[in-house]
Amino acid sequence: MTAPTPDKSAARIAAPALEMRGITKRYPGVVANDSIDLEVRPGEIHALLGENGAGKSTLMNVLYGLARPDEGQILLDGEVIDIEGPTDAIDRGISMVHQHFMLVPVLTVADNVLLGKEAMRGRLFLDQGEARRRIKELGERFGFELDPDAKVGDLSVGWQQRVEILKALYRDARILVLDEPTAVLTPQETVEIFTVLRRLAAEGHSIIFISHKLYEVLEIADHITVIRRGKVVGSRIPGETNEEDLAELMVGHEVQLTVDRGESHPAETMLRVQDLRVRSDRGGDIVNGVSFDVRAGEILGVAGVAGNGQDELVEAIMGLRQPSGGSITLDGSDVTHDRPRDLHEKQVAFVPADRHRFGLVLSFPLTDNVVLTDYYMEPYSRGVVRDEDAIAKRADEAIELYDVRTPSPTVTAGTLSGGNQQKLIVAREFDRDLKLLVLDQPTRGLDVGSIEFIHKQIIKKRDAGPAVLLVSAELDEVLEISDRIAVMYRGKVVAIVDGRTANKEAVGLLMATGGKGGSSASPPETAS
Amino acid sequence: MINRLLSRSLRGQLAVTGGAILLALVVGAIVMVLTSPIITGSLDPWLWSEAYLALLQGATGIAIAFDPFSIDFTGFNGVIDTLVRATPYILGGLAVGLGFKAGLFNIGAQGQFLMGALGAVVAAIALADAPTVIAVPLALVAGLLAGAAYGFVPGWLKAFTGAHEVVVTIMLNYVALQIISWAVSGPLRAAGATFARTSDVGAATLPILAGSSGHLLHSGVIIAFAAVPVVWWVLYRSTVGFEIHTVGANPDAARYAGMRPRRLIVLTMSASGLLAGLAGGIEILGVQHYLPAAYATTVGFDAITVALLGRANPWGILFGGLLLGALRAGAPLMQIKAGVPVQMIDILQGVILFFLAADLIVRWVFRIREAKAGSVDELKTVTGSYGGSSATKG
Amino acid sequence: MDVLFDIPVVGILFQLVDYMIQVLTINGAVILALAAPIALGAYCGFMNERSGVVNIGIEGMMIASAFAGWFVASMVVQAFPDQPRADFFFGASPALILGLVAAIITGMLVSAVHAWLSITVKADQIISGTIINIVALGATGYLIIIISASSPPSAGRFTPFNPPEALTDLPFVGWIFNMFLSQGPITMAVLVIALILNVLLFRSRWGLRTRSVGEHPKAAETVGIDVIKLRYRNVILGGIFAGLAGAWFTLDFGTSFQAGMTNGRGFIALAALIFGRWLPLGAFGAALLFAAASSLSIAIRTVPPTGQLGDILTAIPDQFWSALPYLVTIIILAGAVGRSVAPAAVGKPYERESAS
Repeated sequence: MTAPTPDKSAARIAAPALEMRGITKRYPGVVANDSIDLEVRPGEIHALLGENGAGKSTLMNVLYGLARPDEGQILLDGEVIDIEGPTDAIDRGISMVHQHFMLVPVLTVADNVLLGKEAMRGRLFLDQGEARRRIKELGERFGFELDPDAKVGDLSVGWQQRVEILKALYRDARILVLDEPTAVLTPQETVEIFTVLRRLAAEGHSIIFISHKLYEVLEIADHITVIRRGKVVGSRIPGETNEEDLAELMVGHEVQLTVDRGESHPAETMLRVQDLRVRSDRGGDIVNGVSFDVRAGEILGVAGVAGNGQDELVEAIMGLRQPSGGSITLDGSDVTHDRPRDLHEKQVAFVPADRHRFGLVLSFPLTDNVVLTDYYMEPYSRGVVRDEDAIAKRADEAIELYDVRTPSPTVTAGTLSGGNQQKLIVAREFDRDLKLLVLDQPTRGLDVGSIEFIHKQIIKKRDAGPAVLLVSAELDEVLEISDRIAVMYRGKVVAIVDGRTANKEAVGLLMATGGKGGSSASPPETAS
Repeated sequence: MINRLLSRSLRGQLAVTGGAILLALVVGAIVMVLTSPIITGSLDPWLWSEAYLALLQGATGIAIAFDPFSIDFTGFNGVIDTLVRATPYILGGLAVGLGFKAGLFNIGAQGQFLMGALGAVVAAIALADAPTVIAVPLALVAGLLAGAAYGFVPGWLKAFTGAHEVVVTIMLNYVALQIISWAVSGPLRAAGATFARTSDVGAATLPILAGSSGHLLHSGVIIAFAAVPVVWWVLYRSTVGFEIHTVGANPDAARYAGMRPRRLIVLTMSASGLLAGLAGGIEILGVQHYLPAAYATTVGFDAITVALLGRANPWGILFGGLLLGALRAGAPLMQIKAGVPVQMIDILQGVILFFLAADLIVRWVFRIREAKAGSVDELKTVTGSYGGSSATKG
Repeated sequence: MDVLFDIPVVGILFQLVDYMIQVLTINGAVILALAAPIALGAYCGFMNERSGVVNIGIEGMMIASAFAGWFVASMVVQAFPDQPRADFFFGASPALILGLVAAIITGMLVSAVHAWLSITVKADQIISGTIINIVALGATGYLIIIISASSPPSAGRFTPFNPPEALTDLPFVGWIFNMFLSQGPITMAVLVIALILNVLLFRSRWGLRTRSVGEHPKAAETVGIDVIKLRYRNVILGGIFAGLAGAWFTLDFGTSFQAGMTNGRGFIALAALIFGRWLPLGAFGAALLFAAASSLSIAIRTVPPTGQLGDILTAIPDQFWSALPYLVTIIILAGAVGRSVAPAAVGKPYERESAS
């Protein structure tokens, strides 16, 4: 190992631990990586910055042996190596922490960490005692202790991530790749994980940090490589750049980092949620007495770490889950026990969190997806008979109005890009008179252009009258377009703050601790 | 342009189906030649042609001979047999195919068929003194309701408890056998019969359209042929059909879009059972005329083959039903003339399915281009997790 | 005891338990023998499903193996009519041994087809199993018809072990020795196999890797486990148990082959696997229970229970007992008796390379 100095100039001088030269990877119809070069030095935290779909994950899959490059070389300590599969990569000290954790929930921490490189007693049997001992030892060495016998499925996301890192360290990883590691963490957890990463770098590990969040990259990285559409478009040192510069590199043109949310003109109360309780799948109230109002013409953002009851709250409001207590009122009438279709007919629209699972039928053509909620109504059907012409006409309109890029309305929704899929849903849900618009993670996984488009549409829709409820795990998104922000923590709304004056750190602290930390984001309004 | 694309993928599917049938016939021929020493006492490289010609003659009445060459038409008996045999296959195939469209694998068509037969027989015995115009429709309705009820059970269990329909329907098939065995050897047993069986269906016997003794064309054939466009219309032109497709393709999205997946699952399984039960009723009232305690039939299982042959499309199922009906109708003559046991048809059936599933072999042999990515293929999409998957909500 | 029996309503349950114990002590050996093919079939399913492959083709694998075992043994006897019988290993003869080997190999070959269709071709795994059932039942039905025309000789069967009377006559526990030891080789191995598989699943590297592949194959792949290879290996090894189950029909319990003789045991095996919560020992217990339920109808006729219980039991038709295992399985699946959760990745073909 090299000297454990985090000194950046020293890191730049040392010979690269890893080099990727001219990596090209083609998939049918796309060049995911186009002759990419990357150099990572020992003890360096190297950020790979790019939009969703820019080719970061493909590059890392190539490095990890999950995808075979069509062209190019990988060099480790100056030697050309051939990585045929994850085993090869692991053997050479390259480990990866995937965005979606590669952990088996029913197995214990020890089983997960040792899987694939087990401690053995004889040729056949596992040595459980040795496994426990090694977990303890690793935990002590890197400063986070895990119970080796805990079931991984029972751990919080932050701790699961530590199990993933432990997995890599157990395999003597010298080069550690982290794919969007902060996507699921609170700001506080992010700070903690950054501490761990800096410690690892100080010990001489090289870390490749994949992200599309500019400020994070500026905070943690020693060196930044920016990728756009499969190509390296620039290389920066944090001290010599800023968010605007990186954003322009990443997107390819100058971007407005924030959408102008304008003035809101809240009118009468449209949605009133009172003392709502909702059971989770595991039993027990995961939404535990939530109350808030949303007025017509305003956006109420709901911030919170994933798993604090937001999903269940949205499902209850949309009639997808029966509340176990409390009430939901829409425009003065009780809708607590309404079904999704009742709400649809009462002018409530919904953009669900997972467009592949909930929002679209990917194997259906755009035409059928555009009328997925309206197919049974005039003019799309008369009685039980479908009117294909009316459906086709509606699809043409929607595609035109919301700029959905598609060769034809009869191709399947699965062939569209993520941004265009989301625009299709927005077209379906936004394009009618509404009283309430519920948005759950409306821009997750989209490119900057689509995010901007959708944010503008949301604000435009708000100004047209309906109440808007926005739930997002991206705190930045909530801060950017909400008029008011409700923070959820352990099934409760712990504070409602003004969206224009809210301070990110303070909201983050509320998300992580529920406000018991003492500081407050801004003078809290009464959580009615 | 899109229509051209679609028709190309349809052409590809048709080519694969044709290729699978052809390859299965080749495999069948190889099996016959290999086993010819046991059948005829010596290796007979032409046993297969003898067998297939007899099969053709038995199924269509067309007799072809090569030495000297001649083609004869021996009468309509073969065609009648084929139509009569195809009737339960078409209805059963529609039953299984309907399930596929909703993402359900109804292996229970067999049990629903049996319950349909039982229902029809019970009604027929109760209506022994009624005129035919009343007895026939009532007995058929009793059959299809019994089948629908027997399909409702796994549908309800799937929708409200998450019990996977494949395992439940397999179990219910065996339960159906026991129910029939109990009913027919107990309360329904005909007095004086030499073995456990019900009395004849009497007034509820389906009217005969044509044919002579042993080869009678009963009116149930019309019902089967009429069911094809009806099911097609429901699936492709009605809103309910759209809901069924949506639940099959993505039950979560269906629920989010305001549909009621649970209801649709129960409805589809019941409708599937209804069609299978109708097949059972028609078979009893038109062909069998009584129900034995040990009713040996595999119609419900063969229906799976038919549905897959037709790729769950009603018109494809009509073709699949006729094909299997023809094979079954021709098989006895094949056994008589060539000595090849009728079980050859079971092998052919299984091998056709094998090649449909392993379509890469067929595509490779016949140089058929790969299917377009993203196209829905019933052969690859019906299995979900089972054994305790969470119930569809809503 | 009688005090318990006389309690109104509940007493009848005690009488039933008492009667079941009687049946078990008398019929234990028969029950275990009848449970053997079900348990072995369930082990085959276990090997498949724990690694993420659905197998509803157990029935077909069993019947193919039963035929192959019988056919090979019979051919050997035809060629060498004087078969020496060993006096130590269940009276084994070369014909019987070769038959057993043929059955096992057939089970593995049919399983290899299932593995290829489900893993490589990525066909729907339920359809793959259905195909195996149709082809196996059809082909064996076809072959037995043409072969039986020449009435081939039988190779007999493995003779059951005869445990010393000192053991079987022991008070209270003697019947247990009788149950487990008065058996042919295949039946006798059933409990042992369950124990071994159970230990291996939780204590061996193979077991850990199999569980990870059945639950989260992608995670297994990222730590260097070859998902495809492990699935292939487990599915094909599972064929050994289907082969043994097949051999049980024609070389251990019976001596001849009839078309369709497995008569749904492969499907009950699937039920036993679910009932036993995807654990070998659980499946063994379930198989015993199913066999006991179906043997109850025989017991009621041969040793009718007395009193109130007798009135009830003799009034219940035989068919109810035959249907009971299937009904119980449905009830289990519906979650009425606690939920049984399948391995998470079961039924899903594994796609190796990700597109993003």
